[in-house]
Amino acid sequence: MSSATLTAPAAQVSEGRIGLRANLRHIGALVRRNLLWIRQDPESMFDAVLMPIVFTLLFVFVFGGAIAGTQNRDAYVNYVVPGLMAMMGMNIAMGVGTGFNQDFQTGVMDRFRSLPIARFSVLIAKITVEIGRMLVATAVLLTVGFVLGLSVANVPGLFAAIGLSMVFGFGIMWIFLTMGVVMKNAQAIQAMGFLVLMPLQFGSSIFAPTNTMPGWLQAFTDYNPLSSLADAARGLMNGGQPIGHDVMVTVLWSVVLTAVMAPIAIRKFTTKA
Amino acid sequence: MPAGTVVRMTRIDNKPSDAAPDAAVTVRGLVKHYGETRALDGVDLDVREGTVLGVLGPNGAGKTTLVRCLSTLITPDSGHATVAGFDVVRQPRQTRRVIGLTGQYASVDEKLSGFENLYMIGRLLDLPRKEARARADGLLERFSLTEAAKRPASTYSGGMRRRLDLAASMIGHPAVLYLDEPTTGLDPRTRNEVWTEVKRMVAEGATVLLTTQYMEEAEQLASELTVMDRGKVIAGGRIDELKARVGGRTLRIRPADPGELHPTATALDEFGLTGPGRATVDTESGTVLVPVLSDEQLTAVVGAVTARGITLAGITTELPSLDEVFLSLTGHKASAPQDASNALEEVAV
Repeated sequence: MSSATLTAPAAQVSEGRIGLRANLRHIGALVRRNLLWIRQDPESMFDAVLMPIVFTLLFVFVFGGAIAGTQNRDAYVNYVVPGLMAMMGMNIAMGVGTGFNQDFQTGVMDRFRSLPIARFSVLIAKITVEIGRMLVATAVLLTVGFVLGLSVANVPGLFAAIGLSMVFGFGIMWIFLTMGVVMKNAQAIQAMGFLVLMPLQFGSSIFAPTNTMPGWLQAFTDYNPLSSLADAARGLMNGGQPIGHDVMVTVLWSVVLTAVMAPIAIRKFTTKA
Repeated sequence: MPAGTVVRMTRIDNKPSDAAPDAAVTVRGLVKHYGETRALDGVDLDVREGTVLGVLGPNGAGKTTLVRCLSTLITPDSGHATVAGFDVVRQPRQTRRVIGLTGQYASVDEKLSGFENLYMIGRLLDLPRKEARARADGLLERFSLTEAAKRPASTYSGGMRRRLDLAASMIGHPAVLYLDEPTTGLDPRTRNEVWTEVKRMVAEGATVLLTTQYMEEAEQLASELTVMDRGKVIAGGRIDELKARVGGRTLRIRPADPGELHPTATALDEFGLTGPGRATVDTESGTVLVPVLSDEQLTAVVGAVTARGITLAGITTELPSLDEVFLSLTGHKASAPQDASNALEEVAV
């Protein structure tokens, strides 16, 4: 059983630098770990699969009539689905923090951090899997939307809208990753996440046009990146409004979030005692 | 192989000049603060290649902090440490290539199967797929986990989990293995299971730094011992040396006739070699206990007893227990929890 001998010359102990291919291999192994989790525990996909169904039905049938009038339910589907697309990204991004935090509670993170791999590969793998989950959630959302009568005038625009919500979700994820490293437990992250997400999501143009809101709230919703993202997605899918500004604001937010939070997340992660 | 030569030179440069030539781990003046407390307060130690160094100490002694420094998980505030010639602070990546870590809490992914755990680490250690698979299978077999290979680790017993943890730290053929309290929280039977595996790894030539709170564990597994208390090394050396230094040996003499217990003790006291009144009678076991400091004394004691015409049924020498060693070195019991230092260890975790 030579494959299990204990003392062999220590493996190629040269420079210690990790090349791009090795990094990709490590990220691949860690992504595989997260995918195996899903296979082992399919319920962990519930949020990605069920949330879009529940939210779409809830908003279209419970609030849709009141917001848009019963005659205009189809129009409201076209209004709310792009908005929900923006919301999905944020909700899934929150999961990244809790999952990450749980890794720290067990000793697994210590093992990863004592292995000769770049520490950021652990972060990248997690993000890759969460982006995948966002795509699943978006696919479910669109399917439900089409069943309820969603119409898309501009198909390339639809894909652009999906891409835009992924980019924004990527930026948001760094916040939750940082929280996952810094905060004590998963419940705290969840509570904190809701506190931040709720006002951001409802104080936006996701569910209803903002023109009936009081002026002070409109000032908030105008600067809320979720409004920009929702409006941009609507414009991209069905036209009807200028989108240049909203797309730019969303991209800008994503870039700034990533530029500020990614280094902090990586730093907190590598130096965590 | 010019690359190999460079590495070899770097290694030699990094080791402190007073280190033993075969030292796999060297630690000099290592200090780590957590706020006001000094978790490590100038620790020095060496682990020689192919040996097990036991680091013994109560909760809060700084053992885990030491292991975390040596496995690059935390950076020491000052001092110097090398592993297989690599400086743990300046060459963390190289250090990580030559170490294996089994933490206080089994650090396996509970949601993955035993095989997937090992395969993943094999891939993270740059083994090609086929090799990673073969290595995982080999180690599962070696640690008697083949039958459970496909089950998620969450279904494993405590002992199986530790074995999987050990297997995981062996995948990269580490030059040095850290076992941080490998049996804390295990029942005695499971503890024996883990000991058997560690003994086997040692017999095959592994270099191990083992931390433990259990005297028995250190005695079972380690050849050399470093005793730590409150961030400091308070004693070190071979286990038998350390015991001899603390209390010498105790000679237990059993006369053939239990009625001769007291005459035997008197004979020894009169003989004067061990100091008056030092021989004690243990009527329950029918033996007389005498502390001796050297082999010469031992021979002389036996001679003195037989000279009185007392027939002996048995003589054994006993080493003092490690509990006694710790008590005499620190002035307090090893197992007694220290409130302040407990908190410290929690910070370190």
